[in-house]
Amino acid sequence: MLSDLSGWAITAVAVLGVLSVAAGVAVFVVDSMARATFALLASFLAVAGILLALDLVYLAVVTALMMTIEMAIMAVFMIMFMMNPAGLMPMTMVHNAKGSAGTGAGAFVVLVVGIWTIDWPTRDTSRPADSTRQLGEAIMGSHMLVMLVIGVGLFATILAGTVLATARGRYDRFGAGLTAQRPDDPVPGGLPR
Amino acid sequence: MPEQTLAEAWGLARAVLGVVGVGLVLGLVVAAVDRVVVFGASGAAVEPIRSSARLLVEQRRTTLAPDRLLWRIGCVAVPTLALLSLAVVPVAGRTLWSTSADLVWFNAMEALLWAAVWLVGWGPNAVHALTGGYRFLAQGLAYELPLMFALITAGLAAGSLRTTDVVAAQESLWFVVTMPVAFVVFVASAAAFAFWGPFAAPAAADIAGGVTSELSGVDRLLVEAGRAVFLGASAAMAAALFLGGDSGPWLPGPLWHLLKTLAVVAALVWVGRRMPVLRPDRTVEVGWMVLVPLTLLQALVVAVLVLNGFYA
Repeated sequence: MLSDLSGWAITAVAVLGVLSVAAGVAVFVVDSMARATFALLASFLAVAGILLALDLVYLAVVTALMMTIEMAIMAVFMIMFMMNPAGLMPMTMVHNAKGSAGTGAGAFVVLVVGIWTIDWPTRDTSRPADSTRQLGEAIMGSHMLVMLVIGVGLFATILAGTVLATARGRYDRFGAGLTAQRPDDPVPGGLPR
Repeated sequence: MPEQTLAEAWGLARAVLGVVGVGLVLGLVVAAVDRVVVFGASGAAVEPIRSSARLLVEQRRTTLAPDRLLWRIGCVAVPTLALLSLAVVPVAGRTLWSTSADLVWFNAMEALLWAAVWLVGWGPNAVHALTGGYRFLAQGLAYELPLMFALITAGLAAGSLRTTDVVAAQESLWFVVTMPVAFVVFVASAAAFAFWGPFAAPAAADIAGGVTSELSGVDRLLVEAGRAVFLGASAAMAAALFLGGDSGPWLPGPLWHLLKTLAVVAALVWVGRRMPVLRPDRTVEVGWMVLVPLTLLQALVVAVLVLNGFYA
């Protein structure tokens, strides 16, 4: 499998892999939520770099794009919950140290054993010219059902999470009879309604 | 791989230098047009160069207990991302590098700006800067999805996410004719991610300059240059994706692309400078209730046209 890759690609994968693990460690070493969040982002970006070195451009840029937006939003909420809103108090990302160390070691062992014992399939065809198109055909073709189920499941989770998290419902906004012409919102939206 | 990339045609080092040079010139042009529109005097065009030189030699001031590492990373990231986004914008008919996901690359560079701008706001440990950083994220939530749909619409019509393919697909008809909504949303989003014009709330006067309030010297130069280069790169991208890129009669192709880019810059600055700064809490509802349905409808129209073989 490795023989397909050029020397620089293997080097890049190795260096970025080490970088991603180091940034992951940094998440638990630093004492600021902002630094922890962006160390995690650095780790994800290193993984995106690995995908780029493997010539999976679409997956690489989508990983970078989604993880950046996710981490930026997460930074807001994590600083809000774990530090004071201005982020002045130091904090630590280490909780339940023994339990998490055990879980981490267990997961590492399972993954390493799996990686080295599974009889990975070898590719018998040549590399596709356009991996993005191939990915799109796989998602929208043979795996359409799986993707649809996952998509609906994720959407339902987002809605359920929002409903559980918000303290205000439509009765707060439009009154007990839902008869108000304009919603009673603490922060007005941009639309004249 | 239908065509050569710029790196293959010119050699990697020359191509990178060329694209960086083009980016800086585009940024200067945006800043000059901006000054001329605001101050009205033609002499204002050299003002960006003068203030850049002044910022280069200006001594940096700092704040109490800043997060210096994250601050510097944010300041350097803004112009770097602007130049990286230019890697998939055609220069002289070729892109610096060409992948099967160019449009997503452009989008990802802009998404990384979320982190960069927030870090610029976080770094100085100052309330106005931090407020500006949060405002940027609030605005980002409003413009991001419409921007993605606008980019995807152009890719949909071309049947490819490669910028050069999108340009090639417009030989008979510019995409702006069939996707005006996507074009307008793309240009407006460009102003939004450069937090410029009506979307300048993250750096607005009511919070003393917001994310830029504590920047000085070379840091300020980096962030301001990054914003200008991003606007210039987006104008060049808009010209390539929606205005046919380098297609046009009589003149050579690259010149056409340059003229269209300059037209987009001029229109953007002229319109943007005549609009008031939008309050950031007013943008999300407009983005999600109006622009997302509109851009989805636009994508649907284009998809139906594609199925009917309109673009073939």
